[in-house]
Amino acid sequence: MSAKIDETITFECETGNYHTFCPISCVSWLYQKIEDSFFLVVGTKTCGYFLQNALGVMIFAEPRYAMAELEEGDISAHLNDYEELKTLCIRIRKDRDPSVIIWIGTCTTEIIKMDLEGMAPKLEYEIGVPILVARANGLDYAFTQGEDTVLAVMAHRCPEQEFPIGESKETITKTNLFPFPLLKEKKLVEYANHPPLVIFGSLPSNLVSQLDTELRRQFIKVSGWLPAQRYADLPSLGDGVYVCGVNPFLGRTATTLIRRKKCELIVAPFPIGPDGTRAWIEKICPVFGMETQSLEEREERVWESLKDYLYLVRGKSVFFMGDNLLEISLARFLIRCGMIVYEIGIPYMDKRYQAAELALLQDTCIRMCIPIPRIVEKPDNSNQI
Amino acid sequence: MKLAHWMYAGPAHIGTLRVASSFKNVHAIMHAPLGDDYFNVMRSMLERERNFTPATASIVDRHVLARGSKKRVVDNILRKDKEEGPNLIILTPTCTSSILQEDLKNFVDRASIISDCNVIFADVDHYQVNEIQAADRTLEQVVRYYLEKSHRQETLDQFVTDAPSVNIIGILTLGFHNRHDCRELRRLLKDLDIRINQIIPEGGSVEDPKNLPKARFNLIPYREVGLMTAMYLNKEFGMPYVSTTPMGAVDMAACIRQIKKYLDTLAAPILSSKRVDYESYIDGQTRFVSQAAWFSRSIDCQNFTGKETVVFGDATHAASITKILAREMGIRVSCTGTYCKHDAEWFKEQIKDFCDEIIITDDHAEVGDIIARVEPSAIFGTQMERHIGKRLEIPCGVISAPAHIQNFSLGYRPFLGYEGTNQIADPVYNSFALGMEDHLLEIFCGHDTKEIMTKSLSTDMSLIWNPESRLELNKIPRFVRDEVERNTEKFARRKGILN
Repeated sequence: MSAKIDETITFECETGNYHTFCPISCVSWLYQKIEDSFFLVVGTKTCGYFLQNALGVMIFAEPRYAMAELEEGDISAHLNDYEELKTLCIRIRKDRDPSVIIWIGTCTTEIIKMDLEGMAPKLEYEIGVPILVARANGLDYAFTQGEDTVLAVMAHRCPEQEFPIGESKETITKTNLFPFPLLKEKKLVEYANHPPLVIFGSLPSNLVSQLDTELRRQFIKVSGWLPAQRYADLPSLGDGVYVCGVNPFLGRTATTLIRRKKCELIVAPFPIGPDGTRAWIEKICPVFGMETQSLEEREERVWESLKDYLYLVRGKSVFFMGDNLLEISLARFLIRCGMIVYEIGIPYMDKRYQAAELALLQDTCIRMCIPIPRIVEKPDNSNQI
Repeated sequence: MKLAHWMYAGPAHIGTLRVASSFKNVHAIMHAPLGDDYFNVMRSMLERERNFTPATASIVDRHVLARGSKKRVVDNILRKDKEEGPNLIILTPTCTSSILQEDLKNFVDRASIISDCNVIFADVDHYQVNEIQAADRTLEQVVRYYLEKSHRQETLDQFVTDAPSVNIIGILTLGFHNRHDCRELRRLLKDLDIRINQIIPEGGSVEDPKNLPKARFNLIPYREVGLMTAMYLNKEFGMPYVSTTPMGAVDMAACIRQIKKYLDTLAAPILSSKRVDYESYIDGQTRFVSQAAWFSRSIDCQNFTGKETVVFGDATHAASITKILAREMGIRVSCTGTYCKHDAEWFKEQIKDFCDEIIITDDHAEVGDIIARVEPSAIFGTQMERHIGKRLEIPCGVISAPAHIQNFSLGYRPFLGYEGTNQIADPVYNSFALGMEDHLLEIFCGHDTKEIMTKSLSTDMSLIWNPESRLELNKIPRFVRDEVERNTEKFARRKGILN
């Protein structure tokens, strides 16, 4: 191929005059994911009305979510915010008995500098329910980054991984897995001996099962997920634990896991699309000394089943205006499907966390003979148009 | 601080945005952080309108917090002016603005010196007013601005039309059945041979307000939005206004008679050759065109005489529906209420003879408690009451905002006018009838027995699900679980996997 293709990725940054959803929208999926949680959003009518419309009919099912609506007395500091929050939390504990209450800070609490992080530990001690504080406000974050702030905070509450000294190499060996005469199962689950692997990112439970199964096929055991279905089941983290993310917008969580919890981060492209999923597994396996098995055939089969759709999109073009940080992965997938991507707008670009994805994007472009699209952080809608 | 799950009226900036996006060629700029401009999404989702909502945000971020919004706001205003060429830009504050307390009015003044279009700052405080009051206020502000401007430029045409004419004030985007009501009002006024001068704000241009004084009188179909404007026009230009909501046969008659009274007193020579006999019009419509009146006297509807209901909604709709149920259909209203606390006095005055109990609250839990206590045969309220009804297994018809997409119907469903009486009678009747259906089915033990028989005969060979698979299956939402289970078993049988 003699066509000249621009092989370097260019990054630009604009003014941030674009549209996306407020990060408190993360409440709408996280409260469903974490089944014993309660989300208390500390904000104004604006926030409440947004969530009311976003949750739609779910709001009538008495979800584990409520607004602590700030009134004029709260803003002008006439009321004692600690006492106010305490009253609300006691009521929540009585009505819902959650395992954890998560306070979501909003733009308003940022501006009036409400000290949620200061009040939470004290209140936690008083009422006996764990309280986490996540600042998911539109001043600093966009849309899906709300999940990032919540998971980053949750990571701190994960128990320490206990490695009994000298035993880690002897935990599970292949010899132990041969069936006892009494066992009836024909197929045995075998896992290799490897350090713990924790996956982070909020996915519906059937997808969690699917990814667990994919890794199991490669003899890799996932010791836990962050977030877990229940707060009580948070995975153990610590030195020697490997972590890998499934969502591209979890840069802060990754940083917290590396720096605070001393975990090892496996930087991989994200399991979006058959190519992404394969690359994700291919990055994890070598870390534990495993060779991948039959991934190529599986990917081919998936592409085969998509044949009709691929025919429809081949050669067509896409422009990403940017709103949810999934754009790099989606662009990479669509390029692999045969489309042309002109520009990728994205609210925030974490080059280190998305390093593998960016590399895969580059490779995919070269493979499909398409120029690498510009990546524009904090896009400006008018410039885009 | 208040623990809140649900609010009936939205925040103030939504009201302002509704007014702005109702006018043609008016652009709203919100002074807000990322994510506060969800109004765009709401509007296109609910109104199902093809045109893009003309509301953008001047984003408030850390830069702005540090350095102040002035430069960015002014830049955004000037940019929109150049790009879109609107007649008017309305700068809309949000709750964030109310805290930051920057002098947004000053920025607006600066921008309007340079811009081609007019620029106004919507003067509403987030913590003082809600969506409805803000809409009312912003509409009045826009009308006042243009009338004062015309007055200064001496382009104000105050000569009242010869033929009878009217302005309809208060048809708004995202208003409950507003579009259909407007169409019905047009029909009604045409029948009465009254020309429509202006309809604001929906579909109106901001060039229109200066022509408002030309009409003989103003018609305000909904109290919540439009009253302030009507009072201003009354004070400044002596224009009378009719604010009797034309909903239900009795109030329709009252409204039409009031219109007649104003037109007679304004006694200008009537040049139209057609003189409309209002009384016979009212009679004809009530008895023949509207089906509701005779139906409510028929035996089917008589079954509901004395049945109890609870009504709740905005002041206009809750009051009108209460009166219709009590006066026109013989149904007993045990409790009626509204969340429009600022209009409580008017509301109480209107319905005091038609119900047993009155409730004025914006706490949905209180409303739920009352419904649970009274246990009516049907509820007429907002979408929140519909869900309360579902929980308590009481049928409910939706008669007021806040509403969902099903209340922004593509089909023609007015609440006002004579067609409106039919449209109201239908859900009223259906709510009671369907409620009774459920009782009857319960008494006679369940639905089609045939289905139950077929179900048990479906499998001759039962498959074994191991615990791990059962766990997977339980992750599937309940309403599709059976289908998924059957399909999985079919697949397994086809492949010869039996356990």
